[in-house]
Amino acid sequence: MIDLASVHKSFGTNAVLRGVDLHVAKGESMVVIGGSGTGKSVLIKSVLGLIQPDSGTITVDGKDVNKGDRDAFLARFGMLFQGAALFDSLPVWQNVAFRLLRGSLKKPKDEARDIAIEKLRRVGLTADVVDRLPAELSGGMQKRVGLARAIAAEPEIIFFDEPTTGLDPIMAGVINDLIREIVTEMGATAVTITHDMTSVRAIADKIAMLHAGKIRWTGPVGDMDASGDPYVDQFIHGRATGPIEAVR
Amino acid sequence: MTMLASVGAGFLGLLAAIGRLAMFTGQTLSHLLRPPFYGREFANALMQIGYFSLPVVGLTAFFTGGALALQIYSGGARFSAEAVVPQIVAIGMVRELGPVLVGLMIAARVTSSIAAEIATMKVTEQIDALVTLSTHPIKYLILPRVLAATLVMPILVAVGDIIGIYGGFLVSTERLGFNAAAYLQNTADFLTRLDIISSLAKGAVFGFIAALMGCYYGMNSDRGAMGVGRATKSSVVAAAILILAANFLLTEAFFSA
Repeated sequence: MIDLASVHKSFGTNAVLRGVDLHVAKGESMVVIGGSGTGKSVLIKSVLGLIQPDSGTITVDGKDVNKGDRDAFLARFGMLFQGAALFDSLPVWQNVAFRLLRGSLKKPKDEARDIAIEKLRRVGLTADVVDRLPAELSGGMQKRVGLARAIAAEPEIIFFDEPTTGLDPIMAGVINDLIREIVTEMGATAVTITHDMTSVRAIADKIAMLHAGKIRWTGPVGDMDASGDPYVDQFIHGRATGPIEAVR
Repeated sequence: MTMLASVGAGFLGLLAAIGRLAMFTGQTLSHLLRPPFYGREFANALMQIGYFSLPVVGLTAFFTGGALALQIYSGGARFSAEAVVPQIVAIGMVRELGPVLVGLMIAARVTSSIAAEIATMKVTEQIDALVTLSTHPIKYLILPRVLAATLVMPILVAVGDIIGIYGGFLVSTERLGFNAAAYLQNTADFLTRLDIISSLAKGAVFGFIAALMGCYYGMNSDRGAMGVGRATKSSVVAAAILILAANFLLTEAFFSA
């Protein structure tokens, strides 16, 4: 479904992606792990066309992501951003129904609001938050609103960027369970980037480890603990010593 | 040689910056006739830029008009020309002070606000979120603000002109002993259609500049609080300088003959 081949991206002299090859199959929940600053966010933003790679190809269902109808392409995606990225000036329900209020997926306002309320309920938020502004919500609630927005238009592919960063362990567990349930019930293809190993075990079907600008190891989540790769071992066990330098 | 190289690098940097701004302007204008149009964002921008700027525009114009009357009266007294106060207040406000001061106040109030808002949206990934939700940021964020500022600024300038003239009228009649009817008659007789057209045209151009600079620096903000602060400061400085430069060019175009 999603294929990256020899993707390179540099920012000035900083080569972030140095030949990434990755395949994500339809309906699969792929989790990309790796240290901070290894280019995980750059990777998914490149798939969405938010960042243009310097070289290499990225295709979704065999079609180059940078060619063709952008609206139709993006309509297939939902994304949960690290900080939720809710629009400050819009109430919660309009954030969730944003895509349903304009563009090719536009629906009548009442219907869009009903869908937003239903999606908010799906992520465990009650109707009393729908007319609040994002700034009036806690971090965990904002994340859930972001999740509701990501699934509002029932996309085929959902990206989750550090879904549990900044949340307490209980709320992180709630978000992890929600992601797993939603991806399973929607049959969506999911790509999650995180360095939270609890999330990895809760969400992933497959894992890819990004290190030094390349995919270091990829395999089913069940094989992760026996990968035999010293980089993966050091990362998943959180050891300060090993082949990955602690100071980067 | 090193000095020449640094001068050359600075010049090339300036050209590159002009090129980036020109491309941004072109991109913004290219969306003018291409749907979808975001009417609600446009209406909101009209309110924010136009309606909510009225108090600051009114106060600025009122005090400036009053001070102008006092200055002309005391300056004119040196060569027995106190009687020209109505004419000079009118021409000064409508041709120059009205549009320039309203332009600068809008640069301070609106440009800074637009730059800070868009820069914050950028650093918190809200702009990226817009794109993933199939919404073009230029269409949704930039065009409504630039269009609203361009259309509403002539109205603000007209209001500023009228209030400025009224400030001069009030000081002249209450403090300097001018006859009210004669003052108003002199004002009306002296102003020409060209004065008013130039004032409104300057307003439109200054509004365009003010909003465009806020949007441009906001969209090109660096990360973090410092990036937002720098974008806001740079937008106001650039808008103020461009407004003053445009004022000179427009004055030359309207009145040099």
